[in-house]
Amino acid sequence: MYIYDQYDQRIVDERVAQFRDQTRRYLAGELSDAEFLPLRLQNGLYVQRLAPMLRIAVPYGLLSSAQVRKLAHITRHYDKGYAHVSTRQNIQLNWPVLEEVPDILAELASVQMHAIQTSGNCIRNTTTDQFAGVAADEREDPRPWCEIIRQWSTLHPEFAFLPRKFKIAVCASEQDRAAIHAHDIGVELLPNAAGELGFKVLVGGGLGRTPVIGSVVCEWLEKRHLLTYLEAILRVYNQHGRRDNKYKARIKILVKAMGVEAFRDAVEAEWAQLRDGPSTLTEDEVARAKSFFTSPPYADIDGKDAGEALAARAAADPIFGNWLTRNTHPHRVPGYRAVTISLKATGIAPGDITDRQLDLLADLADSYSFGELRTTHQQNMVLADVEETALYSLWQRLQKAGLATANIGYLTDLICCPGGDYCSLANAKSIPVAEAIQARFEDLDYLYDLGPLELNISGCMNACGHHHIGHIGILGVDKKGAEFYQVSLGGSQSKDAAIGKILGPSFSQDAIPDVVENLLATFVSLRQGDETFLQTYNRVGIEPFKERVYAKAD
Amino acid sequence: MPKLIKQDTICSDDWLAADAASDQVAQHHFPTLPQWRAATGRTLRTVQLQPGDVVAELADALDTLDIIAVDFPVLTDGRGFSYARDLRERGYRGELRATGHFMPDQVHYLRRCGFDAFQPADDSRIEEYLRQSRVFSEQYQASVDQPLPLFRRREAQAG
Ligand code: HEM
Ligand code: SF4
Repeated sequence: MYIYDQYDQRIVDERVAQFRDQTRRYLAGELSDAEFLPLRLQNGLYVQRLAPMLRIAVPYGLLSSAQVRKLAHITRHYDKGYAHVSTRQNIQLNWPVLEEVPDILAELASVQMHAIQTSGNCIRNTTTDQFAGVAADEREDPRPWCEIIRQWSTLHPEFAFLPRKFKIAVCASEQDRAAIHAHDIGVELLPNAAGELGFKVLVGGGLGRTPVIGSVVCEWLEKRHLLTYLEAILRVYNQHGRRDNKYKARIKILVKAMGVEAFRDAVEAEWAQLRDGPSTLTEDEVARAKSFFTSPPYADIDGKDAGEALAARAAADPIFGNWLTRNTHPHRVPGYRAVTISLKATGIAPGDITDRQLDLLADLADSYSFGELRTTHQQNMVLADVEETALYSLWQRLQKAGLATANIGYLTDLICCPGGDYCSLANAKSIPVAEAIQARFEDLDYLYDLGPLELNISGCMNACGHHHIGHIGILGVDKKGAEFYQVSLGGSQSKDAAIGKILGPSFSQDAIPDVVENLLATFVSLRQGDETFLQTYNRVGIEPFKERVYAKAD
Repeated sequence: MPKLIKQDTICSDDWLAADAASDQVAQHHFPTLPQWRAATGRTLRTVQLQPGDVVAELADALDTLDIIAVDFPVLTDGRGFSYARDLRERGYRGELRATGHFMPDQVHYLRRCGFDAFQPADDSRIEEYLRQSRVFSEQYQASVDQPLPLFRRREAQAG
């Protein structure tokens, strides 16, 4: 993974000193609330229902075991002993104290971490595939490009006061595991006709109140132009994005208003001024970035033998077999797998993890996966490089710690925002809804039989839980002061990205498990062969689901 | 007289914010872009831009201008940062002055985008503006005060 040199370290250290001074001045009354607001947001600090919330950046989801141990220490010492993995691969703390945030940032800086630009109207953490570097369907490792974007976007002087927040995601594989269509900018590494890899650039995707799938602004961009081209897009947005209404301030609204052709022309005009300038990437810089993401020293393993041994294990111990099938992912190197650690056990808020579990995962990363861990935008964690022969003992250790729920990609692996329990913007709670669904569908055989299914819950229109792109989406709405839930179907975050369609009138909280059960029963009755929920939905449309759910509700 | 920062020192001069309501340019007030446009023969040597103004209008007149002021009506409106870089990239060499309701903690970024004079609407904290102007000694991006991005300087150092 990327290792700071003296420059990176100095920038982060100076940032800590700056924020310490800003916090001191705010507490002394020298900075007003209005002035401190953007300053604290750009350091990841929200003021929430119960306490401030601190969002710590995990650049493209990559963590070393030392960093994970530090996070465990921070949650123990400054918080209540647990942290939360967010849908943008970051880590959130729910209970820090403002006065101690500078100390937390200093602790983070000591392990090459920070909270820079994790919220506020600026360029946020760049995200990517949680299986970057190990996925079998990868065209090239996206992480060097993410790191190049991270450095360019960190403390960028021109783009710290944008109309609204700005999120970039990078995908480099056949399957899109980074939801690039739902980002302000989505970048896909893709070959041109001559077979040379470059970037396809999407712009204007986003969720929130007005969900939009990104449009192609550039079909293919030579790699060295990446930063100047991004800069041109940001310039157009910074100068022309709406600032009069924060609900219309995202770049998606600008792209819609201008039309993608006119937007592209404006970007090209800005780019003419920047193209081939000093920010054009050099071969040396790309090589330097790539040098941090070389393969770890994999053992030379006979994949066939390892696979057979594993299959025998799985047959002998079906509980292990379940976990093996659902929670491990093929690896490009024979004899290895990527392991997803489910943070979706029933009864625990999706994405929450305790300090002890973090410590354990750090140890497991050292023993089993070259000392590295990853966070995923589905709010789980990943050990990316595990030898197949070690999977059984790893699984046993995860099981003891409550981290072996075998549900990755299935209904109970749901995405959920903090909702009304923590968030002051919420219309409704989301965590109890998640729990009720998980409790209702605990029967693993039924879950597996349903096949891959994504259910996403947000507590309000801001869509932090990505409800628009869930196969089933649940959205908290306010109906005359009471908490209700709107259900949508057919969303998708993959290359066939789609925004879900609203089923009909909303439901009370206790009705939701029944509603989900009816949706699933409809699916099962209409399913052909081994269709997934989404495939059946796309074939039959929303009507049969509607009929069943609302017929029952009468 | 209002205080401002120029060349890292606190000083004062008698330039005041533009008066958009008037057709005439009042003495000591910066002209607005429409007032500057209306004046014949490019006789006015200063102008104050507002968010929404089209910077390109000044493109052919840059060497007739001694001061371009860019106004920040609210601290969260960051358009002026791009205007400044645009003007410098088009070759403007005169004074580029930030005016209005920006805060001390923005001076560092403003300077990197090409501003060299800072005249906050409220000058009672002017020392703080000076103190916050150089809180970072290193930066990743190319910018007006450091045209080479860090990666090129790293390379130069590595030889
Ligand atoms: C509890 C405090 C939180 C607050 C106050 C908050 C606030 C917001 C707001 C206002 C938006 C809408 C922005 C817009 O559309 O322009 C948003 C979007 C979003 N938030 Fe949060 N959020 C919180 C927590 C979270 C958490 C815990 C996650 C991850 C699990 C998260 C992930 C996201 C994502 C992914 C989006 C959607 C991005 C998009 O619209 O494209 N947020 N949040
Ligand atoms: S979706 Fe709404 S309720 Fe949920 S975290 Fe975001 S802002 Fe809060």
